[in-house]
Amino acid sequence: MKKLLSILAVSVFAFSANAGTLDDVKNRGFLKCGVTTGLAGFAAPDDSGEWAGLDADMCRAVAVAVFGDRSKVEFITTTGKSRFPTLASGEVDMLARNTTWTISRDVNLGFEFVGVNFYDGQGFMVPSALGVSSAKELDGATVCIQTGTTTELNLADFFRLNGISYEALPIETNDEGKENLFAGRCDVYTTDASGLSSTRAAAADPGKWVVLPEIISKEPLGPLVRHGDHQWGDVVRWSLNAMIIAEELGVTSENVDAQKSSNVPEVLRLLGVEGSYGEMLELAPDWAYQIIKQIGNYSESYEANVGPDTPLEIARGLNALWTQGGILYAPPFR
Amino acid sequence: MRSNLNFFSDEKFRSIFFQTLVIGLFALGIFFIVQTTAYNLEKRNIATGWRFLTDPAGFDISFSPFINFKSTDTHLDVYFVGVLNTLLVSFCGCIAATILGFLVGIIRLSSNWLLVRVAYIYVEFTRNVPLLLQIILWYSILIQLPRVKQSLEFLDTFFISNRGIYSPRPVFENGFSYVFIAFTLALVSSFFLRRWAKKRQDETGKQFPVVTSAFGMIIFVPLLLFFILGSPLSFDYPALKGFNFKGGMVIRPEFIAMFLALTIYTAAFISETVRSGILSVTKGQREASASLGLKKSWIMRLIIIPQALRVIVPPLTSQYLNLTKNSSLGIAVGYADLVHGFGGISLNQTGQAIECMVIVMATYLTISLTISLFMNIYNRSIQFKEK
Repeated sequence: MKKLLSILAVSVFAFSANAGTLDDVKNRGFLKCGVTTGLAGFAAPDDSGEWAGLDADMCRAVAVAVFGDRSKVEFITTTGKSRFPTLASGEVDMLARNTTWTISRDVNLGFEFVGVNFYDGQGFMVPSALGVSSAKELDGATVCIQTGTTTELNLADFFRLNGISYEALPIETNDEGKENLFAGRCDVYTTDASGLSSTRAAAADPGKWVVLPEIISKEPLGPLVRHGDHQWGDVVRWSLNAMIIAEELGVTSENVDAQKSSNVPEVLRLLGVEGSYGEMLELAPDWAYQIIKQIGNYSESYEANVGPDTPLEIARGLNALWTQGGILYAPPFR
Repeated sequence: MRSNLNFFSDEKFRSIFFQTLVIGLFALGIFFIVQTTAYNLEKRNIATGWRFLTDPAGFDISFSPFINFKSTDTHLDVYFVGVLNTLLVSFCGCIAATILGFLVGIIRLSSNWLLVRVAYIYVEFTRNVPLLLQIILWYSILIQLPRVKQSLEFLDTFFISNRGIYSPRPVFENGFSYVFIAFTLALVSSFFLRRWAKKRQDETGKQFPVVTSAFGMIIFVPLLLFFILGSPLSFDYPALKGFNFKGGMVIRPEFIAMFLALTIYTAAFISETVRSGILSVTKGQREASASLGLKKSWIMRLIIIPQALRVIVPPLTSQYLNLTKNSSLGIAVGYADLVHGFGGISLNQTGQAIECMVIVMATYLTISLTISLFMNIYNRSIQFKEK
């Protein structure tokens, strides 16, 4: 009886989770991708209302891999709190939402982080008028903190470790954080350093804000999917890796057509000229070619969204390729 | 002839049959939901259980007036902080909404044209704008107050900024407990004095100045004792040190926004309840008491209100329940209530969504049923007692 009901339950309520996610996405005709409610440089609507940013590109890359069309994606906004239930319930196929890869999320929550698309760390931003030069001088300050995040836990640890006190002002979204910080309800805003740069860029006078030198945590941010659907996990993982490998091999959206007649074997494999890697993933043979053609390689996405020439002004740092002093490293395309 | 009809023509059988059917379907539905949930949780490798309650929370909650909460405390402590904060804002809100609601309800029946219009606009405006917007509006206004370094100050003791209202905190010293005991004794004896005076009046018709003597007892006896004991009370004044005020007491803007919005919103509904209650007392009652020569204020207090309360109390109960449940909107402005702390942050940090939600729902259910219970007892005490 129990088994019968379970089977019935699955067939009625959970049929979408029963089939593979890749098949679901293909049948539906578009990808559902969970992103932030708006964090410039990572995922935020641009002037024309199009979602843009490093995470938005990640979503688009997967859509291109599956459909060969960068527009076949629906962006679904999630807060720090709603993101995990949204993914777990199958409302989105993947999350690309500046989410830190931790053991409890990977293991206990039943998710699978497929890689890292941005190496970040938690920092502090204060008004320069406060004259603070180190986070250790923040004793007694009011700190704006997004609830339900790893940064919330790091913050408590940092102040406890240094034996100083603070008052937490819990906020839900980055916009709420900005509002409270700019109004002076809190003295300090703490989140990932990239998020601080994004917030600072949005201020009326960015020069009035300083990001303190302390980086108090490791925050590897990456896309994640539900645990257990390895085929789908592979699609997302290799969509990301393809962009990193393309940068390593010097393949860009501009030279990708010319590169098809390259004499470098790995380039030919990547672009689907040799081998049958698309077939292994149940994707089109030219899936990686399309990602590079329509989105660009990792460097192009980085420079366009968060790099030194954007308002965020984040240097490559840790996010440079392993060959250039960073730790960005993708397994070989073979 | 009758015996040829089937069972369904028997009214008793039919009624039992359908009731059993409905209960059966309901039980099956519940079973189905529980099964599906358990199955899907298992399928998605989501660990379940209650062990997380005793794990350290790892985050801080700054708004915790009753418990000194640290990040090393457990998720269970987060729960208690949340329950107390929910009860705090609900309790303050219910009291204030009742007072404001009664005032506005009575004003709307007054003969002052301007007051009636103002009360009417207030009721229609607040009743018809979603509460969530009102909470956000109050909060937006409050955080536009001056920054902490430019606080508005009164007599160097009260400071108002967008971090809240700072005031001196009373520090009770040795001996103050005697003053407190005297105060309590005075309160209790006033209560008995009132009963005695009422009984005497009923029997002999002689009146006793209860209000004045009770007032004297409650105020002057503790005050006298206070000075005899050498004023065992001092104040801790707030002072701006570093980033924030240190010392004193503070009421946070998150609390004020919740309190104001809940009070003003609910009072509008209560005022309509009060108005309908008063209008339900027939005109003849008022005229009859007037013809007996009762004062206007006595007519209201002795004739109208007791009869109106019979109509007012049942809907008032549901307003109290609404206010308590609406306090869960605190999350919109970061008020650390039950839903925000335990049902939000703990839920998200541990991933135990179903467990947290079940606990939160059971808690609201308990609070609501308790309010209903007490209001029902009160309601019974004010009903007509047929003699």
